[in-house]
Amino acid sequence: MGQFLFSVFACLTVVCAAGVVVCKNVVNAAMCLLLSLLGVAALFVRLDAFLLAFLLLLVYAGAVVALFLFIIMLLDTRGQQAPQARRGLTVAPRIAAAALVVAGLASLFVKGRLATPAVGTVPALGASLKLHAYLLFTTYLLPVEIISFLLLIAMLGVIVLSKREGEHSGYGN
Amino acid sequence: MVDFWFSLPLVVQGLLKGLAVILVVFPMSSLCTMAERKVSAWIQGRPGPNRTIVPWAAYVPVIGPLLQRMGLFQLAADGLKFLVKEEPVPGHVNKPYFTLAPLIAMIPALTTVTVVPFGAYLSGGQVVPLVLANVDVGLLAVFAVSSLGIYSLILAGWASNSKYPFLGGVRASAQLISYELSLTLAVLPVFLWINAPGTAGTLSLAKVVEFQSQPGFWGGTWFIFTMPLSALIFIIALFAETNRQPFDMPESESDLVGGFHTEYGAFKWALFFVAEYANMIVGSGVFTLLFLGGWNPLPWIPLATLAGWLHLGGHPLILGLLSIGIFIGKIAFLIFFFMWVRWTVPRFRYDQVMKIGWQKLLPLAIANLLVYALGIAFLTK
Amino acid sequence: MAIITIPRKPLTFSERAYLPQIAAGLRITLRHLFKPSETLQYPEERPSIPPGYRGAPTLVMDPNGREKCVSCQLCEFVCPPKAIRIAPGAVPEGSGVEHVEKGPQAFDIDMLRCIYCGLCEEVCPEEAIVLQTQYSMCGTSREEMVNHKDKLYEMGGTLPDQHYKWDKKKAAEEAGNAH
Repeated sequence: MGQFLFSVFACLTVVCAAGVVVCKNVVNAAMCLLLSLLGVAALFVRLDAFLLAFLLLLVYAGAVVALFLFIIMLLDTRGQQAPQARRGLTVAPRIAAAALVVAGLASLFVKGRLATPAVGTVPALGASLKLHAYLLFTTYLLPVEIISFLLLIAMLGVIVLSKREGEHSGYGN
Repeated sequence: MVDFWFSLPLVVQGLLKGLAVILVVFPMSSLCTMAERKVSAWIQGRPGPNRTIVPWAAYVPVIGPLLQRMGLFQLAADGLKFLVKEEPVPGHVNKPYFTLAPLIAMIPALTTVTVVPFGAYLSGGQVVPLVLANVDVGLLAVFAVSSLGIYSLILAGWASNSKYPFLGGVRASAQLISYELSLTLAVLPVFLWINAPGTAGTLSLAKVVEFQSQPGFWGGTWFIFTMPLSALIFIIALFAETNRQPFDMPESESDLVGGFHTEYGAFKWALFFVAEYANMIVGSGVFTLLFLGGWNPLPWIPLATLAGWLHLGGHPLILGLLSIGIFIGKIAFLIFFFMWVRWTVPRFRYDQVMKIGWQKLLPLAIANLLVYALGIAFLTK
Repeated sequence: MAIITIPRKPLTFSERAYLPQIAAGLRITLRHLFKPSETLQYPEERPSIPPGYRGAPTLVMDPNGREKCVSCQLCEFVCPPKAIRIAPGAVPEGSGVEHVEKGPQAFDIDMLRCIYCGLCEEVCPEEAIVLQTQYSMCGTSREEMVNHKDKLYEMGGTLPDQHYKWDKKKAAEEAGNAH
């Protein structure tokens, strides 16, 4: 039963993730992303990591993808062809993506089997809210702070970019 | 009985629980639609729907006319109408997503019910909560799953492929995300308070009620008295999250015809409404658990005390039903409050909605969190 | 001409906070919640018709049971939507009111055309056609919606009379001072 459910959700995750890349229609792609995230959340639930599963749902499925859809609807990209980008710009990411895929596959073949953790530790890691919080504020404090700093930079960047030239009256004035 | 239940395979148990949810939530939601019509009628000095009656019920002396005046037959007639009338699908819509949207609306509405504890009974002096799925992260589960409900609105708006639903969908996506922040921040003080240092951290809703049913003055105080601002922010954000007046931007009838469900008819349309009321019920339930003491009858009188007075300690079934009754009574009052506000406050303008959400409610929620965090740190030192 | 700018009164804190205002509104709606309903349960309960109401036009008799209409056809002539059709005829011998000379043989009012303007009542020299209190006309065919003479008298009934003009005329004739 457990194995079967795992296969179902793993397939859902992978197929939908592929769908995100392949789909021409952006709304379809966003919905694929959503399904893929749901699959990942289900996998977390299978591992008894309820906290991670629900955080994933809350933040990514509930807010981030919804904002993607919001932007898609605002921009109305229906019927538009992908812009003929400059060759130099598209080649680099393609190489990078291919390299990433190769690296991922290689790592899967080389170290495909993770060491099976002791049975008792999995629920403890997954379920305890306190442990998560403790780890985030001690061991992983630096990554957390770096990520928050990155987000801050991104936010500032958006504010700078979206501010039009010569416009002084802000929203609501 | 109990042994038989646990001898069933897990899948069958799950299916039965799911069936129970549907059988409870659907009638409750449809009752809410009738309550809405009745409350709106009374507030406007009308009697509301009171005419429909089936022939045989007219002969029952007192009950028949009473049910007629309560509009219960109207409710049945409406339900039947939604089932049997033609279901129009306009030609210009994106059919898969158009059909999917009402179904997606139902999923979070019905799923969140499972993690909300709805009653309790006494077992050996211990208060045991009644809940379908007892997960430790109860509140987070409610927030996470209900946040998926936004897709029904966005997809309905986008797939309808016409102006008004589109505007409704855009409004929905911005509004729901904006108020989710305040909603989440507003409940944090409650959990800061119940997760005192040294105890195992929990987000369980049953634990919150347990905390509000302790003996003593401070133990039995409901959180609405100790954290009124949190409760206020929570209920305002709840109005916005459930698309109720004065925040019903996605379907503002007077400027967007019907908003996201303009192109829908018949049972698909009814599903949106059942989902809206189911969301209201779950939201009111969570508010009751967090701030109104859950199944405790009155502040400072927990359920266990009441059971002691009525000598119900040995009757878990009766006590369970009593606690469910108390809990549903509180929910019913909150639902009435939703309707009461709907017929009192006019709809905000969209920019006002955004302004309230980001410039008023969010800073207030953050300030509230800071004050309570400092206060709790000071108190528990 | 100078424009006088009247400064808007600044909002008080409670007005700006908005919540007290909502509470006040909730109090008002709660009061309405417990007020009795204003609705008239129509087919069972009927509204009270004020005097002077312009309902369906009817024909009336005087207290002696004489039909007042003398089929002068003024109403037919004045009726803006041409809803009235009158076939004039002589008052039959032996009815006791032969001196009135004329009465309607047929009197039809098409209620699908009638606009309830009351001009017929206004113009009638005999006060024979009166807009009374009937306000709901219904029928399943066009023919049914035409009120014939007997229906009109049934609806109109008898109204009190102050003049008894034709009785006075007859009395004067019999006394020998007819003009």
